[in-house]
Formats: sequence, structure tokens, C-alpha cells
Amino acid sequence: MARLSIIVVERDRERALRIVDGLMASGDHAITVIAEETGLARRIAEQKPDIVLIDVADPSRDVLEELALVSGPMERPVAMFVDRSDEHLTRAAIEAGVSAYVVDGLQPERIKPILDAAIARFHMFQKMRAELAATKAALEERKIIDRAKAILMKARGIDEEAAYALLRKTAMDQKRRVADIAQQLVMAAGLLT
Amino acid sequence: MSLAPLRLGYVPLIDAAPLIVARELGFDAEEGLRFDLIRLQSWAQCRDMLGMGSIDAAHMLVPLPIAQALGLGPAYPRFDLAMVLSVGGQAIVVSAALADAMRAQGHGFGFGDPLAARAALQAVAGGRLRVGVPFPFSTQAELVLRWLAGTDLGAGVSIHTVPPPLMADALAVGEVDAFCVGEPWASYAVERGVGALVLAGRSIWASPPEKGLVLTRDFTEARPDETGRMMRAIWRACRWLDQADNRSTAAEILSRPDYLNLPPELSERGLLGRLHVTAAGEVRHFSGFIRFHDGAANFPWRSLAALLAQRIALRHGLNVDWAMEQAMGCFRTDLYRQHLRQAGADLPGASSRIEGSMVHATAVASEMGQMILGPDAFFDGETFDPAFAAR
Repeated sequence: MARLSIIVVERDRERALRIVDGLMASGDHAITVIAEETGLARRIAEQKPDIVLIDVADPSRDVLEELALVSGPMERPVAMFVDRSDEHLTRAAIEAGVSAYVVDGLQPERIKPILDAAIARFHMFQKMRAELAATKAALEERKIIDRAKAILMKARGIDEEAAYALLRKTAMDQKRRVADIAQQLVMAAGLLT
Repeated sequence: MSLAPLRLGYVPLIDAAPLIVARELGFDAEEGLRFDLIRLQSWAQCRDMLGMGSIDAAHMLVPLPIAQALGLGPAYPRFDLAMVLSVGGQAIVVSAALADAMRAQGHGFGFGDPLAARAALQAVAGGRLRVGVPFPFSTQAELVLRWLAGTDLGAGVSIHTVPPPLMADALAVGEVDAFCVGEPWASYAVERGVGALVLAGRSIWASPPEKGLVLTRDFTEARPDETGRMMRAIWRACRWLDQADNRSTAAEILSRPDYLNLPPELSERGLLGRLHVTAAGEVRHFSGFIRFHDGAANFPWRSLAALLAQRIALRHGLNVDWAMEQAMGCFRTDLYRQHLRQAGADLPGASSRIEGSMVHATAVASEMGQMILGPDAFFDGETFDPAFAAR
């Protein structure tokens, strides 16, 4: 069976490498990564890939939509479309954040292993992104709480431990999170100075 | 009372204002709803999220639900267009090189005369023109094709999809020679010095429907109450947006980092109809450049669905009668009448009309007496009646 030609549209080099690794593990494919936004339609038309993989949220997706539709007599048909060979697989892909454009006539059993591999990688990216966001939010909260403590220490002449105890007690009394109370205090202090 | 959350998707453009204003000014809460607004990066993503049920409703290009109804997209549940969100707001931009050549030939960049702009462009374009539009199924594509039809330039034109935020780049590197896009992306290209504005979309078609509120039929059928409340909240936001004094406030809100994340001065140009046609700051005033409410802008005329379907069907080799029937079925004038009457919307006597027939604003019969429509004329003088449409 001929090797499948796959294009991965991904700007981030690190991510692109991980996707290629994942795809290679699913079989022997000819994989090309396109990182530039300009010339996307032309490059894909030139290369005539069997499958194009792209982040669901990539703005360049609309360019691929056009390739899926070309039907004018002067245009060379690329005839790629959003994969609809297997509804569950398509849904899993979109939920993971990847969309696949597949050339007309490619057998579903050839698409599946590739899509499975792509989905696994994109799931990993989502998890990493969620973790990064959570870490960042936690750090932000820490900073706010530190500032609130400093404000209390200065205003009431108490030490750090007492300041934190006061924040925690207020939060418990009001059934709120410590970070929320700290945020309100910092904002109010900003208005008063 | 806790508010019922709804997830609404939008693509960052000034015509996303009805959703954003409804959220920011609390029109959603007035109806017992809380809009969670999801910023999307492409129309394909918008379509997929709605089709998959990841969002409850979307700010969407008016021709996109029609294309779906015609089978020109992935197999998703049927989409319904419940109301039009905006009319106009598009502009045509040419590259700096073409603009210089047009100026050298004496073109004055009046921004309102489609024949003069076309003649000037044809004189310098050398018989071919690559034009960027945001999506294959977009009002922009319809405007460009109509504007150039029947001319030498029309024979040499090719249409290319370019994501709006990348339009200025595509023009700068010479991937396209011109583009047609919704604001603020036309002004953005002018500000970057890579192009000049030659024409407003409304100069080609006085009433080009641009975005609609689109839901799946599954949603409109299973959750009629929330559908109605959502429509009323957004309809009130549209009405607020067409009170002249509110447009600068709207520009401020829209420009925030959460939404368009651009300087308010840029969003304001389209919203106030005060456009800079060149980077040198030549200003053109275009009254009603974008409308959100006035002239019954929100009514989803079935004849508009038929018109857009006819054009798409002819380009894609589909049966025109079938296509118009499919498209008219997804423009939900029934939902509009049912849900917006109680909000105080005036309702026209008919649900279909002859498109392009009004050169001036015209009073027609409506439930409350008289309703002022239009103008809606095409620059080429065409009128479109679904019953007599070219097959």
C-alpha cells in the first residue's frame, strides 16, 4: 500500500514535532509540517496530501474549507473535506482540538489510526494547557494573598501569621475563598490610597 | 434567582457587538439568562462547535447556515437562523500599489461610487485580480462577485479565503490584490499602510445581511423558552446599538482585551461610519455604514435566504428550486414573530419580499401600522423575486 502523505499545519515547532512523533508511531507516512500562514492554500494544492491535520482553533482552517470546495473548471480539484467517515471519531477529534481534512475516496480504515494518533497528542496538549493555566492562576492568587497580608500587617500592626488568620476567618465567616477576600481587600485598599 | 447559562460563540469583529453588548449591559440577565461568550478563531470552528453542540448559539455569516442546508459542509444537525444581527459593515480594500496607480489615473477614493471605483480598478489591474474574502460562503464573496460581474475584471477575478486578522498580511506580501472584509479588519489594513479603502459593501447592495444568530434546530425545538429569551436579549442589544449616542460606548466595550483586543479608535471607525480611506487620514463619512436594528434589519426575510441560495446553487451546480426551498426553511420568520412580538418588535405583514426593489427607504404595512424598510437596491439595478428567480 502506498505511503500516505500527511500535512500538519502547526506554527509551534515543539508541538509540531510531538505530533509528527505520534503519527510516525502509527505507521510509515510521508509527513510535512507547514508553519507559515501565508501561501497555505498554494502549498497544499501543490503537494496534494491525503490528509491535513490542523488545530480546531487555527484561523487558517477557513483556507482549508475553500480547498474542500473548489469546483471551478479552471481549478485543479483538491477535494479535501472535513473527515466524516466515522462520526464518533470526528467528534472525538474536535473535542480534542484537532480537525482532519481528508482527500476524497480515502478508505476509513486508513484514516482511523492516524486520527487516533493525532487525537492522543492533542489530548496531551489540552492537558498541558489546562495544567499551565491552573498553575498560573494559583501563582496569581498567591501574589494577591501576599499583598492582602501586607496591607493588613501595615494597617493593623499585626504579624504575617495573624494577618493570614484574619483573612482565613473572614473567608470562612462569609463562606468565600481566601483568594476572593484578598482580592476585595487589595481592590478596596487601592481605592483608598 | 439564578441565571440560566448559555454558551454563545462569536468571531471577533465589530458586528459581534449585539452579543457582547447584551452580555455587558445586562440584557441577558433581564431575560433570566447569563451569556458565556466564547471567542472563536474561524468560521469553520464556529460551525463545528455549533454542530457538535459545544455552543448553544453562534454569531455566524448569514450564508453559512444556508450552505449547511445545501449539504456544502460537514453533516451536522440542521441549523436555523433566528434573526439577522447586522446589515453592512463590509469594505473593499485594494493594495497600496493598486491604490497608487488608481490615484495616478485621477481616482478620488470617494468610497461610495461602485462604478467609478470599478472603472478605476479595471484600468490598472491588468485583467486579473485576486480578492480575499473571509469564507467561501460569505456576504463578502457575494458582494465582490456582483460588483465585478459582466466586466473584463469579472472574467479575471479569483476569490480566495483569508482569515480576517490575516487579510492585511496577505495584502502586504502580495498573496491577494484586494479583499472584502467586515470591520475593523479593513481599517486595520489601512492603518498598517498596506492598502486603501475603495468601497463600502452597502454601495454595492444597500442592505447586505452580514451576520445572523444561528442555533441548531434541535435547540430551537427542545428549548423554545430559552430560544425566545436569548432572541429578546439580543434584539434589545441591537436596538440599543442603533441609538446614535451609544456607538462610541459600544466601541469602548468591544475593544477590550477579552473581545477584539484592538484600540477603540479602530473599532469606532466602522461603528460611527467615519472611515479613513488611506493611512494619510483622508476621512469619508458613510451614514449607516453598519446597522444593527433600524429598517427592520433583524427580520430574517425568506427572500434573502432564497437569493443567497440561488447564487450558491448556481456556482455549485445544485438544483436552484430545491436550494431555495431548503434555505427558506432555515430562515425562521416564525420564531422571529413568535418571540419578538412581546419584546415590542414591529412585524412586517409579509415574510418574503422583492429584494433590491427599494432605492429609497419605503414604508410598508406592519402590525403596528407602518414599518420603514430599506433602501435595499443593488447597484446594478437587479431585483430578485423568489418566484421568478433564474434557474
